[in-house]
Amino acid sequence: TFYIEPLKINKLGVRASDTFVLTPTPQPKDDFQEELVIRPLHSGDIYASFQFRTLWETDFMRENKVSHYRLFPKSLGQVISKFSVRELHISFTQGYWRTMQWGQPFLPSPPGAELWVWFQDSVTDVDAAWKELTNVLSGIFCASLNFIDSTNTVQPSASFKPLGIVNETDHRFLRYATLPREIVCTENLTPWKKLLPCGSKAGLAVLLKSEKLFHSSFFSQTVHIRPVCQDRECKTTSWELRQTLNVVFDLHTSGQGKREWSLFKMFSRTLTEACPLASSSKIYIDVTDNPQEEYFELSPATPLLSQAVVLGDRRTFSVYDLTQQVTFGTVRSLNLLIRWKSTEGECSMLRPLLHAERYVAGYGLQTGEIHTVMYNNHPFRSFPVLLLDSVPWYLRLYIHTLTVTSKGKDNTPSYIHYQPSKDRMRPHLLEMLVQLPPHSVTEVTVQFERALLKWTEYTPDPNHGFYVGSSVISALVPSSVAMDTNITQEQPLFSSFFPCKEESSYFVRVYTEPLLVNLPTPDFSMPYNVICLTCTVVAVGYGSLYNLLTRSFQIEEPNPRLAKKIANFIRRIRGVPLLS
Amino acid sequence: MGYFLSYYTYISFGCWVQNMLAAIIMLIFICFCVHFQNTAGQFFSSGHTNNWAVLVCTSRFWFNYRHVANTLSVYRSVKRLGIPDSHIVLMLADDMACNHRNPKPATVFSHRNMELNVYGDDVEVDYRGYEVTVENFLRVLTGRLPPSTPRSKRLLSDDRSNILIYLTGHGGNGFLKFQDSEEISNVELADAFEQMWQKRRYNELLFIIDTCQGASMYERFYSPNIMALASSQVGEDSLSHQPDLAIGVHLMDRYTFYLLEFLEDIHPASKSNMNDLFKVCPKSQCVSTPGHRTDLFLRDPGSVLITDFFGSVRKVEITMEAIHLTDPILQLEDGPMSEEVQEKTYSYVDQLPVSEIIHQKPKQKDWHPPDGFILGLWTLILLVFFKTYGIKHLKHIF
Repeated sequence: TFYIEPLKINKLGVRASDTFVLTPTPQPKDDFQEELVIRPLHSGDIYASFQFRTLWETDFMRENKVSHYRLFPKSLGQVISKFSVRELHISFTQGYWRTMQWGQPFLPSPPGAELWVWFQDSVTDVDAAWKELTNVLSGIFCASLNFIDSTNTVQPSASFKPLGIVNETDHRFLRYATLPREIVCTENLTPWKKLLPCGSKAGLAVLLKSEKLFHSSFFSQTVHIRPVCQDRECKTTSWELRQTLNVVFDLHTSGQGKREWSLFKMFSRTLTEACPLASSSKIYIDVTDNPQEEYFELSPATPLLSQAVVLGDRRTFSVYDLTQQVTFGTVRSLNLLIRWKSTEGECSMLRPLLHAERYVAGYGLQTGEIHTVMYNNHPFRSFPVLLLDSVPWYLRLYIHTLTVTSKGKDNTPSYIHYQPSKDRMRPHLLEMLVQLPPHSVTEVTVQFERALLKWTEYTPDPNHGFYVGSSVISALVPSSVAMDTNITQEQPLFSSFFPCKEESSYFVRVYTEPLLVNLPTPDFSMPYNVICLTCTVVAVGYGSLYNLLTRSFQIEEPNPRLAKKIANFIRRIRGVPLLS
Repeated sequence: MGYFLSYYTYISFGCWVQNMLAAIIMLIFICFCVHFQNTAGQFFSSGHTNNWAVLVCTSRFWFNYRHVANTLSVYRSVKRLGIPDSHIVLMLADDMACNHRNPKPATVFSHRNMELNVYGDDVEVDYRGYEVTVENFLRVLTGRLPPSTPRSKRLLSDDRSNILIYLTGHGGNGFLKFQDSEEISNVELADAFEQMWQKRRYNELLFIIDTCQGASMYERFYSPNIMALASSQVGEDSLSHQPDLAIGVHLMDRYTFYLLEFLEDIHPASKSNMNDLFKVCPKSQCVSTPGHRTDLFLRDPGSVLITDFFGSVRKVEITMEAIHLTDPILQLEDGPMSEEVQEKTYSYVDQLPVSEIIHQKPKQKDWHPPDGFILGLWTLILLVFFKTYGIKHLKHIF
């Protein structure tokens, strides 16, 4: 017998020597860029953000289907064309982003899984398409996205405007859902890595080893698909696929307490080459807080410096270009080392301009109160925020108890959209546009009552509690530096995600913590106990009574001795009456 | 006449030689055919063309780490011997690797001192967490899944598939517990296999179960071509192997531990057969008595290779004849559509258009009649009534 090894598919694209005789039409242009941003945080931790972008000038919506995929992954392309998706944003996060210690992330994401999709105007049944889309995505990413159904899907009326090119925004084509309980592990990272053109074999993706990535304080992997402008005039659009991976390594867990970070320490790998299919492959190290290298030093040194306006601040970055062979030096490998000069504590913690918290107050298993607290730390500017709350149906909100207070006084929202829940069908949706006064704390409180679920609706571990998804706060925060309103291809990827319409403010999205509430849980061992008890009572009580009433007593002859037995046997043979 | 006789003898002699020659040639040919048929028969003796594996861990909670490690070690062996991820349905009821109690995240170890990480870097779990239920397991086996289920979650076997089914968890006499909240009984399992047989969803099936009193789960099978192995007999408990003091839980069950050691020696070309598998983990090592059942299996277990179920051994037939491909398919021209310059300029949307949101038209509320309308309507009805029938009926009201 013969045997064949399983076919190893070469992901490094097609060699130039291969020739295709067919296809007289030119293939649409596609482009792949990768970058890594490393930002040392004030608390001693280090924040690494990978961004991979594939741009493709093609039209998924035309009649003859796209059939030749090169850099764009085929599984996602088929999803887009089959379900007429205009925008797709999916994120898997483990851990919670600590805004007060780490500042704002480049791309925020809530704990668990989050999926929001804009469908094309041509879709007639959005709910059916949504249901099928979640099932297909659960197969692609090995996640339990098939648990997304009407009980945790909402249709926001003002939040989550499209991030790509649109003609008009009709919120009937938007769906948003979160699964706060979703676990992220290697089985989600593996298919995510397989979507990259170079896979995990070349370029920056070789650093993505799961044993190090999941031993961190925060891990988030996202996929964003949207149509974007190709150039400044914006006459034509192309499809953009962004895959981002954000990870924060803890100083004490991964860093062994020493303030010294290197690529090998963070990822247990070093870089040897850029992805051959990438048009640009760069590493950016944030050195804004380190003028003239007074706090930490970077080795190997690099002459390239670039400035970018990101999150309302002008930051300076040291740049390593991996497409240049000189970056790798004589050892043919790049292991960036950031070493701090002194071990004393850092300067004061930075105060983010917008910050939010959420918690459950109250006692007992009947009622409770949800508090959402938003902090505006700007000294003199006030700005509006849009708060989106999606609460499951088993926490029955009493909207008449909704209060919004700032600095102790009532603060009426200028826009409220509330959709009440339907038991087992729809969650609560609350959207409010609140103006946050400068340098203030705004608190939104609403009381709720806990519902008793049917016994089949409890999870196998109901005493863990039930999760309520994070609130989403979208805001235009005033920035201290003029933002660049032209999105061009030359900007670094991490600064060009959210489109900017005006120069004086930037868009930010803040997620609060998810809540964990206990619902009144029955004792699931009781049916077994009841059956045992009842059967025992019936057996002992009724059985004894029955025996007493119906038992009759008879005198029984004792067993005869052996001699008597033999004598009786002989007598039986003789036919003579037996002994008594 | 003599001429005829001589001619006849000459021809008969020639014929006799010719006949002998022909007979010899035919004999050689027949021998060759038989030999060829024998090798061809050996070639296709097992009768299967593809391999599938359904690996299920049914236990939840951190202290059942060993059940996840059991399933992952069988997954690892099966992948190593050639079955691809698209042909494996892996169901893990809880996440141990990224569990917050795991001191080494993204790892699941099977040997003490963290020698072997069975989780690895390239794992695809198809059903995880709350999705591992009796209903989903039976639906996967019988193929009756909702139409939107993705391919990676389906068992797309046909009548020439050999399927390996591995179950592990907590069990008892005649049942297996799923996630501490429901159970599957041996009768249900036997009926599911019978459904699979009637729909011709398998060629041969190997069923391995590593639970307490595991032999009770295969007692009720009645479909043909099933071979079953269990880690313990009815009335016996299957025991776990060894704890790791750093992780704090038992890492593997004994039967699967020795099964893994046995499978590590198997490579895709090995000739070990099922009789060797039956000898895995004798009572001295396992404390419980492993059992097996082969009466429903048509072939002799000694002729069944391990790789018939655990590996994906493909049969290759080399052909020398030329195959003519069809005419090349020409790509359609894009046409002038891509040439025309789009005059429309696209733009991005304002992410938080405050004025637009505030002045957003309120959604159409359900139409209620104006407030005093019902009252007015009733007054009108009463007036008309009393007008028609006279004022004297008013006294019935007041």
